[in-house]
Amino acid sequence: MPAAGLSTAHSIVEPTPLARRIAGTIVIAYAVLALIPLVWIGLTSIKSPPDSISYPPKVLPWVDFEPTIEGYCNLFTTRSRQTPEYIASLPPADDRCEALARGKGMVVVGPSNYVPRFVNSVVIAFGSTVLAVVLGTLAAYGFSRFRVPLKDDLLFFILSTRMMPPIAVAIPIFLMYRELGLSDTRLGMILLYTSVNVSLAVWLLKGFIDEIPREYEEAAMIDGYTRLQAFVKVVLPQATTGIAATAIFCLIFAWNEYAFAVLLTSGSAQTAPPFIPIIIGEGGQDWPAVAAGTTLFLLPILAFTILLRKQLLRGITFGAVRK
Amino acid sequence: MAEVRLEGVTKRFGATVAVADLTLPVGDGEFVVLLGPTGAGKSTTLRLVAGLERADAGRVLIGGRDVTRAPPVERDVAFVFQQFALYPHLSVYDNLAFPLRAPARRTPADVVDRKVREVAALLRIESKLANRATQLSGGQMQRVAIGRALVRSPAVYLMDEPLSSLDAKLRAELRLELQRIQRDLGATILYVTHDQTEAMTMATRIGVMDRGRLVQLGTPRQIYEDPDDTYVATRLGQPAINLLPARLFEGTPMPRGTATVGARTEHLRITRATKGHAAGRVRWIEHLGDQNHLHIDVGAHKIVTLAEPDAGIDVGDPVDLALVGALWFDAAGARIRAGA
Ligand SMILES: Nc1ncnc2c1ncn2[C@@H]1O[C@H](COP(=O)(O)OP(=O)(O)O)[C@@H](O)[C@H]1O
Ligand SMILES: [Mg+2]
Repeated sequence: MPAAGLSTAHSIVEPTPLARRIAGTIVIAYAVLALIPLVWIGLTSIKSPPDSISYPPKVLPWVDFEPTIEGYCNLFTTRSRQTPEYIASLPPADDRCEALARGKGMVVVGPSNYVPRFVNSVVIAFGSTVLAVVLGTLAAYGFSRFRVPLKDDLLFFILSTRMMPPIAVAIPIFLMYRELGLSDTRLGMILLYTSVNVSLAVWLLKGFIDEIPREYEEAAMIDGYTRLQAFVKVVLPQATTGIAATAIFCLIFAWNEYAFAVLLTSGSAQTAPPFIPIIIGEGGQDWPAVAAGTTLFLLPILAFTILLRKQLLRGITFGAVRK
Repeated sequence: MAEVRLEGVTKRFGATVAVADLTLPVGDGEFVVLLGPTGAGKSTTLRLVAGLERADAGRVLIGGRDVTRAPPVERDVAFVFQQFALYPHLSVYDNLAFPLRAPARRTPADVVDRKVREVAALLRIESKLANRATQLSGGQMQRVAIGRALVRSPAVYLMDEPLSSLDAKLRAELRLELQRIQRDLGATILYVTHDQTEAMTMATRIGVMDRGRLVQLGTPRQIYEDPDDTYVATRLGQPAINLLPARLFEGTPMPRGTATVGARTEHLRITRATKGHAAGRVRWIEHLGDQNHLHIDVGAHKIVTLAEPDAGIDVGDPVDLALVGALWFDAAGARIRAGA
């Protein structure tokens, strides 16, 4: 690795056009396969409840079925059934959702819990990600640069916390959280996801920081910066790739986590994953509403990943093509 | 500028003794070059002066002040690293300004700007100031790295093989530039290299290091002409000094106890053998243009020496050797000084 570097870390052997085409075909085929469930969820969210469960399935909008925003209406509102006389006595509906509800003999009585649950997800996932990345960066820097007593054992211990599925400790954590009053609190969930993610963050970031030559900080310290100033001015800017990649990994885990969320949250701190599947309509599961909730829930991660895709790609290769 | 003294400094890394009982005075305005092979402890010595390593024993003094336990920031040194010299996330300008903008230094912005432009002009990199550090050639990067040291006026410049990653032409150019800068600024420089040309041409004094010890300290001339032992003798000279057993030169007067004869090119007279019995035979000739390297077999030993291209000696020729003054060493490799 030369000094402030040459920017060609790619394979010297250029793939042949045929190899390119084969690789392209495989990637596209896989992308289609992976996208089918997502497309299906998106389609379901714009169907009416009967269309969503009809057999054979209805696939093409405007051909097989008429798209509707009913799913999104049902996701964001709660409704109650009224007599036709009462509905007839009301002034004209002032929005699409109200009109749709009245068409089914119901009126909108208020917002659903989806928005607060979504906000909980945002606060908990981003909060725990920020905490895990900050703690992870500092710990990784310490492990990378200082002579820490029992360093290898500590690092192994940190890694070992990931060796069993987190849910295996669900019951002790459940009891502990009840004792401490952390059950069904945002703080409790942030702490929990942080503690799961911080081990991943330490290991990922240590790899990245190890790759930043310590001469940079040494030069800065000789030039009159303290270690902390050198860390901020020299190490952090060069670790952004690793930090971004780590943040995405942490965020995806915390955002999607379901088991602990079901176990530990039920009310004010409930996140979206346990909330979405239990959206009940008249006569059972309201699949279009569930699909609508899921579609919207996917968007932030999608945006975040597209925003940081360059860093993420480099992050997955673990610094191999860093420069 | 100031003088630097290391007094009996020892530094260990686990079982490795990187620097052993090193005493090295560097005078104010002096250009001292530490010369030695990889692993000799040269970098560790510089790092001890900079405060990047803490000495296990001994003292480090800069400008008469004991800084053995002081952190780097309090030592007022500038360090040029062999590699990783520039911050890749900053422009050339910001790289040069970085030391001046240190919180410990608090230089006003206009002074920073003036200094940066001054140094950029000195190193002829003005046109690159806006570039990112990663968009420079190797030579330009190294200039900027040296520039980062020059923007300050520290007590001492520490340079760790700053030219070793460059090609020969650039190296020669920067060598001259460094000498000029040192003269102009009257700077104290402690410079590490394993390149004997750099040591010979730039140093006011050379310190030869071997396995953590300072073996000899002297002017380039002293180190070349008057080495204390065979190790120092082999550090300088192109081609390297020939070390031969004394019995090959029976009949040549030499001090008592001489076990090894050190013969540089200028100590050897090579003539084509005319009598039936020859001392050696030319095995190989390397043509370097203006001169030839003769590889001569003398019994089981090999000698490499310079010869004029028109000396009229060819591969396979039998040759006679005569010594014209040489360096004498005892069985342990220590120098026996004639007349001493
Ligand atoms: N941080 C370190 N940890 C362990 N050993 C080191 C360290 N730095 C240097 N050494 C050892 O000390 C010796 C001298 O190294 P160094 O000063 O870098 O030599 P040089 O610069 O002359 O090549 C070597 O044996 C090297 O392996
Ligand atoms: Mg070195």
